[in-house]
Amino acid sequence: MTTAPTSALAVTGLNKAFGGVQAVRDVTFALAPGELLALIGPNGAGKSTCFNMLNGQLPPDEGSIKLYGHEIIGLKPRQVWRLGVGRTFQITATFQSMSVIENVQMALISHHRRLLSMLPFAGALYKDEAFALLDLVSMGAQAGRPCGMLAYGDLKRLELAVALANDPKVLLMDEPTAGMAPKERIELMQLTADIVGQRGISVLFTEHDMDVVFAHAGRVMVLNRGRLIAEGTPAQIRANAEVQAIYLGSGAVYKTDEDTAAGAAP
Amino acid sequence: MTIKRTLLAAVAGALAATLMTGAGVKAADTIKIGEINSYSSLPAFTVPYRNGWQLALEEINAAGGVLGKQIEVISKDDAGKPPNAVTAANELVSKEGVSVLMGTFFSHIGLAVSDFSKQKQILFVAAEPLSDAVTWAKGHKYVFRVRPNVTVQADMLAEEAAKLPAKRWATIAPNYEYGKSFVAAFKASLNKRRSDIEWVDEQWPPLFKLDAGSTVQALLRANPEAIFNATFGPDVAKFVREGTTRNLFDGRTVVSALTGEPEYLDPLKDETPNGWIVTGYPWSSIDTPEHNAFKAAYEKKFGDYPRLGSIVGYATMKATVAIIANAGSLDTDALIKAGEGTTFDTPMGKATFRPEDHQSTLGAYVGKTAMQDGKGVMVDWTYRDGADYLPDAAATKALTPWK
Amino acid sequence: MDFLFIQFLNGLASASSLFLVASGLSIIFGVTRITNFAHGAFYMLGAYMAYTLTEHWSGALGFWGGLLAAAVAVAIIGALLEIILLRRIYQAPELFQLLATFGVTLVIEDLVIQIWGAEDLLGRRAPGLKGSVDIFGQAFPTYELMLIVLGPAVLGLLWLLFHKTRWGVLVRAATQDRMMVAALGVNQARLFTGVFALGIFLGALGGAVQIPREAVHNAMDLQIIVEAFVIVVIGGMGSVLGAFLASVLIGELNAFGILLFPKISIVLMFLVMAVILVIRPWGLLGRPESHARSALGTAERPIRPLGRGGRNAVLAVLLVLLILPVFGGSYLLNVATEVLIFALFAASLHLMMGIGGMVSFGHAAYFGLGAYGVALLVKFLEIPMAGGLVLAPLLAFTGAVLFGWFCVRLTGVYLAMLTLAFAQIAWSIVFQWDAVTGGDNGLLGVWPAPWASTPEAFYYLTLAICAVGVMMIRRIVFSPFGYTLRSCRDSVLRADAIGIDRQRIQWLGFILAGTFAGIGGVLFAYLKGSVFPDNISIPISVDGLVMVLLGGIQTVAGPVVGAGIYKALSIFIISETEFWKLILGTLIVILVVAFPQGVVGFAVDLFRRRDPDDGEAGEAPA
Repeated sequence: MTTAPTSALAVTGLNKAFGGVQAVRDVTFALAPGELLALIGPNGAGKSTCFNMLNGQLPPDEGSIKLYGHEIIGLKPRQVWRLGVGRTFQITATFQSMSVIENVQMALISHHRRLLSMLPFAGALYKDEAFALLDLVSMGAQAGRPCGMLAYGDLKRLELAVALANDPKVLLMDEPTAGMAPKERIELMQLTADIVGQRGISVLFTEHDMDVVFAHAGRVMVLNRGRLIAEGTPAQIRANAEVQAIYLGSGAVYKTDEDTAAGAAP
Repeated sequence: MTIKRTLLAAVAGALAATLMTGAGVKAADTIKIGEINSYSSLPAFTVPYRNGWQLALEEINAAGGVLGKQIEVISKDDAGKPPNAVTAANELVSKEGVSVLMGTFFSHIGLAVSDFSKQKQILFVAAEPLSDAVTWAKGHKYVFRVRPNVTVQADMLAEEAAKLPAKRWATIAPNYEYGKSFVAAFKASLNKRRSDIEWVDEQWPPLFKLDAGSTVQALLRANPEAIFNATFGPDVAKFVREGTTRNLFDGRTVVSALTGEPEYLDPLKDETPNGWIVTGYPWSSIDTPEHNAFKAAYEKKFGDYPRLGSIVGYATMKATVAIIANAGSLDTDALIKAGEGTTFDTPMGKATFRPEDHQSTLGAYVGKTAMQDGKGVMVDWTYRDGADYLPDAAATKALTPWK
Repeated sequence: MDFLFIQFLNGLASASSLFLVASGLSIIFGVTRITNFAHGAFYMLGAYMAYTLTEHWSGALGFWGGLLAAAVAVAIIGALLEIILLRRIYQAPELFQLLATFGVTLVIEDLVIQIWGAEDLLGRRAPGLKGSVDIFGQAFPTYELMLIVLGPAVLGLLWLLFHKTRWGVLVRAATQDRMMVAALGVNQARLFTGVFALGIFLGALGGAVQIPREAVHNAMDLQIIVEAFVIVVIGGMGSVLGAFLASVLIGELNAFGILLFPKISIVLMFLVMAVILVIRPWGLLGRPESHARSALGTAERPIRPLGRGGRNAVLAVLLVLLILPVFGGSYLLNVATEVLIFALFAASLHLMMGIGGMVSFGHAAYFGLGAYGVALLVKFLEIPMAGGLVLAPLLAFTGAVLFGWFCVRLTGVYLAMLTLAFAQIAWSIVFQWDAVTGGDNGLLGVWPAPWASTPEAFYYLTLAICAVGVMMIRRIVFSPFGYTLRSCRDSVLRADAIGIDRQRIQWLGFILAGTFAGIGGVLFAYLKGSVFPDNISIPISVDGLVMVLLGGIQTVAGPVVGAGIYKALSIFIISETEFWKLILGTLIVILVVAFPQGVVGFAVDLFRRRDPDDGEAGEAPA
């Protein structure tokens, strides 16, 4: 593990039970500044629960989550966001009645604390900034389109732009490539990796597609039945027998070295 | 946006066109009377009412009209809501140019139109609204009322109630102004007549939402010796059924407002309770020349027997025209001046608008319910002249701050 | 003790009737998401049908058969209605079906009078159940005993239907997730028709069994529909067992309420609903709505500020309005004034429900509070008109602050029903507090000051206030705050994830909408000269909904146009004929079918279809 003076995110002893079922059990890990960390695991392993606790959507039963040393347990998602944590969702959550650029402007308006302002035209605010963010995710050409008409992959990219609007220090991405075609997935993850690399953002993401994980994650953690059972470099995880057993046992298969190497070749 | 513009223009245009047609087209050879009532929301009463005024109108015009002109009545529905009534009144006055307003059933609508007539300084002859306030507390010089108010009717009933041995009384009335003031007036009158009355329970079901079983049970628990009822319409049918099944009326006399009106009595058919003391309209057994003529004409024209609403409509029409005839002009001040003391014909007999409060002296029939041939009728009835129950001029002065 | 037991039985008997109606409503909502405003009308129709059949068919078989046959006949009418009308508009914004069923209600209300006459009809009593049995020395009607059994029996049958038949299982699945059933390859259209017919059957049966209890009359629908909605919401939308529990609760509440607080029985039910919703935001047995978004339709196009064409159109309309007094008589001005007031009212409601995603069934509260605000100021302080115009909206503002604080804690239909509860509580305070509000006799003499008393002067005053009001609302819609409101409507999840406090934003939106409605109410009071509890009652709230939906909820101009069309139409039709319900109802149904996106929505659609670049209407925002 690469140890940094302060972790971007330091999670210790996180626990969550739903009516007797322990969904997350004593999870402890740290996200280093600038790191791209993947959280994987079979269905029902507790990834989403874990994620929802990290940005305040779910209160944990026990544990501590420190953002650059500040405890964020007990804060609401909107407060966590104000501290510099961006988030994308497994099923995209965007503002359907707004155009693409308005979605980004909305986040910028919030970032600049103009939510209650009733005089200016919202559509004229922070337009340049919004275009810059859309260009960053290659969505500039679609800025004026209604959000409700976007292809799924474009929605995911829009979400990324929205998540970047408050200049986050940490980005939480829940299944960023779910529902996309394989080629698109690799592209989106490459794009993400480039952006966060340039901006020094730390990323924690969950992912089903092992190709994506192994191609882009700097480090991988494996969650099973609410417990972290392995963590290491992609190569270490790929070689881990227990992880293989879980994935085989659950019926999900990930590709062997050769396939992955072939598929993931840029 | 062209479409929207066209549409907006069309709406505005259509609106303007429909509202402007007829504006200013004031035929000089007729006298216009504006009429407003709750035709769509209370047809059971207002349809016979309309028949009544139409019959009177026909008779008046056949006899040459008034002031040498024919009468034209322009009738509007108020949808049972005061704001709609005011809109209708406005249309009648501003657009149709009527000289007088008449009509209304509900007290609050009557008050709304009355206040409008005061603002616009036009005469308003209220037909049915029973609230005392119409001519007393909230009266003014522009309003006259035909029917006897709540206090008068309650007083007539209390006069009979006082003769009963019963001392323990319970009341049931719909929870709105009419019900509340009817109960208050009945209590006051009975207390005045008897010092030994004990009021053991009162029930206030929402209008037309009587929870009959529970309410009857609650009355039973209080075990009154007699009951005063002011519910009407569908509520009274429910009350009669539940009360009968649960033996509420065994050995208890019920004094009941309006229940003798055919509008409310007829639906009860063979379940008509026996011996309730009621106000109403014994249309089948009145034998006076004026009523016989009215009834014959009514049955000939409409193929149906008259209801109380028919009498009210007929009387209101006659009263309005009588005021115009007395005034000899359509000037509002002249109408008011002439209206005070105007006597008019009704199937119940003559009635007069009292100068002190613009209330007519029209009375009411008080009698008992009974069943004949599977139908409810009123028996042992007498006609009580309103003049005998209205307060005298001195007492009225205290009730009419506007005079 | 004996008395309490008997009273408990009375409560149960009422509960059974309520349950029949409410369960039908709940099942329909659960599966089809139709807010069936016409449910009360079908209840009434069931009673009328049953009256006719039981009068013609003799004997016990004729009686009971008549009740059942009446319910079946009405259910068939319901199924036809679903096939002919509702099926066409499932794609429309969800509340649009409320508008359609409102139109149907108006039509049925007039039809029953035409068919069965105006007089109350007292039907037969049930053969064999005419008498009473002795319970603790009290005569208790045997028919009521039968009803007490009927409720749980129907509950049991419904349980069997939903758990032991394939169709029932599908219905339950559809209640939980409509998408899933569509994915299973079930004929969704037929399923919806079946569910609608079942719901209507239960409602009509509820009406039919009233025959031995009460006279059939033409206002039966109004007395039951609100109560049925309250029960469905207390029980939890879509939950049959919840509807049963809520029916018992309300039945008992009525039975015992009249003993403890006879005069507040008109509002007790709403008080209880408000308390329950505050404690349990999805009713007793309801589940959180599957999608957090409010019930306002699927993919929408972004709303846009007006393009040049639109701006010109608005200017043209304003110009016409400005010169109206030149060619219009004082009656026309009077009507135009009323239309303007309702345009502001509808725009305020649209700000709340269209932009804010908070559907209100009780917007009349703020309209009425504004009206009463000015009437009370005039009555007690004899305040001049200028003061009234400024101060009276404060009462509406205060009401919105107070009620809104509770309402924004809920979402969707539950929020809507809580607004209704508060509106009814406000109504009953006004209705009962004779000493201050004058009760149902209202407050009179609220006429404009001499400087504004001519129709022209008051018209210009209203035009100025309403035009500025509507422009302010428009401005808010396109301001950052308007966008923020819309973001909370579109996705609570995303809004929360970008630092937006939904409740605070919605509360502010609620207050703004209520205050604008209050300004409308103030003007209305001056226009009519008198103020009555009617100004705060359900029909005003419904009128507002109809205007917004008719104009097009997804457009900003829609509500104003909808108000113009609906108000002008209804004033005109009511003036022309007493059969206005029939005509107005039919017109609404036609408009619903012709313009499922609302009139302005339709116009915008047409415009955009000609525009190659989808979604861009007019100019891009400046």
